[in-house]
Amino acid sequence: MSKVLILAEHDKGALKKVTLNTLAFARQYVAKFGGSYDFAVVGHNVGGVATALQGYGAGAIHVADHADLAHPIASAWGKVLADLAKSIGADVVTGPASTTGKDVLPRTAVRLGAGMASDIIALTDSGAFARPMWAGNLTGNVKISTANKVISVRASAFDAAEATGGSSPIQAFAADPALAGSRVKFVSFDGVQSTRPDLAEAAVVVAGGRGLKDKFGAITEPLADVLSAAIGASRAAVDDGFAPNDYQIGQTGKVVAPQLYFAIAISGAVQHLAGMKNSKVIVAINKNGDEPIFEVADYGLVADAFAVVPELTSQIKALRG
Amino acid sequence: MKILVSAKRVSDPNAKLAIAKDGKWIEGEVEYILNPFCENAIEAALQIAEANDGTETVAIGIGDDETARFIRQGALARGIDRGILVSAEEETIDSDLIARIYAGVVHRENPDIVLLGKQAIDGDSNQVGQLLAEYLGWPQATFASKIEVSDGKAVVTREVDGGLETLEVTLPAVITADLRLNEPRFASLAGIMKAKKKPFDELEIDDLDLENTETKVQVVGLVTPSGRKAGVLVKDVEELVQKLRSEARAI
Ligand SMILES: Cc1cc2nc3c(=O)[nH]c(=O)nc-3n(C[C@H](O)[C@H](O)[C@H](O)COP(=O)(O)OP(=O)(O)OC[C@H]3O[C@@H](n4cnc5c(N)ncnc54)[C@H](O)[C@@H]3O)c2cc1C
Ligand SMILES: Cc1cc2nc3c(=O)[nH]c(=O)nc-3n(C[C@H](O)[C@H](O)[C@H](O)COP(=O)(O)OP(=O)(O)OC[C@H]3O[C@@H](n4cnc5c(N)ncnc54)[C@H](O)[C@@H]3O)c2cc1C
Repeated sequence: MSKVLILAEHDKGALKKVTLNTLAFARQYVAKFGGSYDFAVVGHNVGGVATALQGYGAGAIHVADHADLAHPIASAWGKVLADLAKSIGADVVTGPASTTGKDVLPRTAVRLGAGMASDIIALTDSGAFARPMWAGNLTGNVKISTANKVISVRASAFDAAEATGGSSPIQAFAADPALAGSRVKFVSFDGVQSTRPDLAEAAVVVAGGRGLKDKFGAITEPLADVLSAAIGASRAAVDDGFAPNDYQIGQTGKVVAPQLYFAIAISGAVQHLAGMKNSKVIVAINKNGDEPIFEVADYGLVADAFAVVPELTSQIKALRG
Repeated sequence: MKILVSAKRVSDPNAKLAIAKDGKWIEGEVEYILNPFCENAIEAALQIAEANDGTETVAIGIGDDETARFIRQGALARGIDRGILVSAEEETIDSDLIARIYAGVVHRENPDIVLLGKQAIDGDSNQVGQLLAEYLGWPQATFASKIEVSDGKAVVTREVDGGLETLEVTLPAVITADLRLNEPRFASLAGIMKAKKKPFDELEIDDLDLENTETKVQVVGLVTPSGRKAGVLVKDVEELVQKLRSEARAI
């Protein structure tokens, strides 16, 4: 029997959907090995996050609320999460492989003497954790041989879990982060302001590459507007300053698997494919028909993006009335 | 000040990978390169050293004899002062053991900063820096795109979901490099010549007083994921819209 503790991801007091993708993994794990799952909500003034999780069948929702936890300082969060796991007897700690999860969970693993599997995409029949390696060119099935286990979950590989009703109890956990975080000071956060859906949650993603140059926004935004899409970018478009770092999709950026993905003026390097090749439908628009992006695209259009994307935008707009 | 920086070799990202017979790693004629993130870490170490007189820089690689070449050519030839190779049977290491080996070296060397890559492009685990920081009880600043060191502190800008976060960490600390941190320099011919004469230590894991050398995570099998098939080319926007609507039902 296992007890799985799920680190909830939130942003300024609002639950993030990747938590529910992680829950889907936790449910699979519990279905296979038996046991139950709890949530950990770590932060400051995060009561709303706990309430939002009450209908999802957890044994309990533990809230570690402390002013020193307001920012996800890895040493502090990692300690509190490990303390909580110990106090409730959790043998598995899991969370999304977001930048917060990647930062925090390894520290928790050390404190629990646990092995950690990163960014897993499936639980195999034999109970191994499948995870992409070599930019997703190979999948490694890994086993963790320690009694305690820490697992970060690639959200795009698991459909968000549904609510099951009921009302899980909320329990306060007396968190003691002070010492662990004392040599780190939060200075500032420079956030990307956007009214668009989150890249990780969007059903449609419009991604642009270096070929769009300083027209990156002028080309991608109108199309994203008509499709209520999130905007993504290749690393080259970010490196050249046409898009913010938060937009980067790929091996070292975000991994997405929307219903519909537009790759516009993106060549399709392995590192980019690693972040989008599990999208349901891929459309490639590129003026060079020999680019590798066409090897993964369901629909390819060999054309100048500056000419065809505005036309595509207006045709879709017309369709939608 | 002293900076310990990583030099890990990885297979060329564009190489066709063959799975070894035991199914646990890759084999065959693969080209190797220095892990790109280690290149950024090395460049950052050199820049910090250039800005802070009297800073010593030490590169460390864990692996077989081949790894030594990457420490020399990738790190020492660019200007890192000395190298350390920790010999390890590569089949027997996981991220956790790598982190414990680093911790063992840190206890011998007492650096102020350990600079690693945010991930290795073969294992893609993104763990070693964080594990090491916890083993040492040090603060960490991962995914760095900017580092400023002064007065025993580092102010680090980090690439995170949603934007850029800036942290101030009190040294000693672990910092992991993201790709936009800097443009790695090339080794000069003079640098390559000098590298041959720079101090180079070879250590065995046994020299490091680790509690044990057991791994916590094992690769039990590598598989090739099922690929995507190329679809169709459409002739114009109209056909694309029509296909997306009636065939894919995506708009
Ligand atoms: C360690 C490492 C990690 C990396 N991680 C990532 C990652 O996470 N994500 C990522 O994306 N990349 C990553 N990269 C970079 C990757 O290798 C490629 O360099 C990058 O993806 C290229 O971006 P691009 O396709 O926009 O640019 P390019 O390869 O330069 O392609 C530009 C494309 O635009 C097309 N084009 C130009 N003008 C037009 C036009 N008017 N109309 C239509 N098409 C046009 C061209 O035909 C070309 O195909 C990584 C690289 C390394 C070494
Ligand atoms: C059967 C088998 C065969 C293996 N063969 C090899 C092999 O041929 N070559 C090999 O290197 N590993 C090999 N490994 C080990 C495996 O690749 C390690 O997990 C890997 O070295 C660390 O990758 P990661 O994704 O866990 O690191 P990450 O956590 O993604 O790495 C983060 C950072 O840690 C540092 N780092 C990681 N590994 C090293 C290192 N070895 N030396 C110095 N710094 C490092 C780098 O700065 C890197 O950017 C093998 C493992 C198995 C099970």
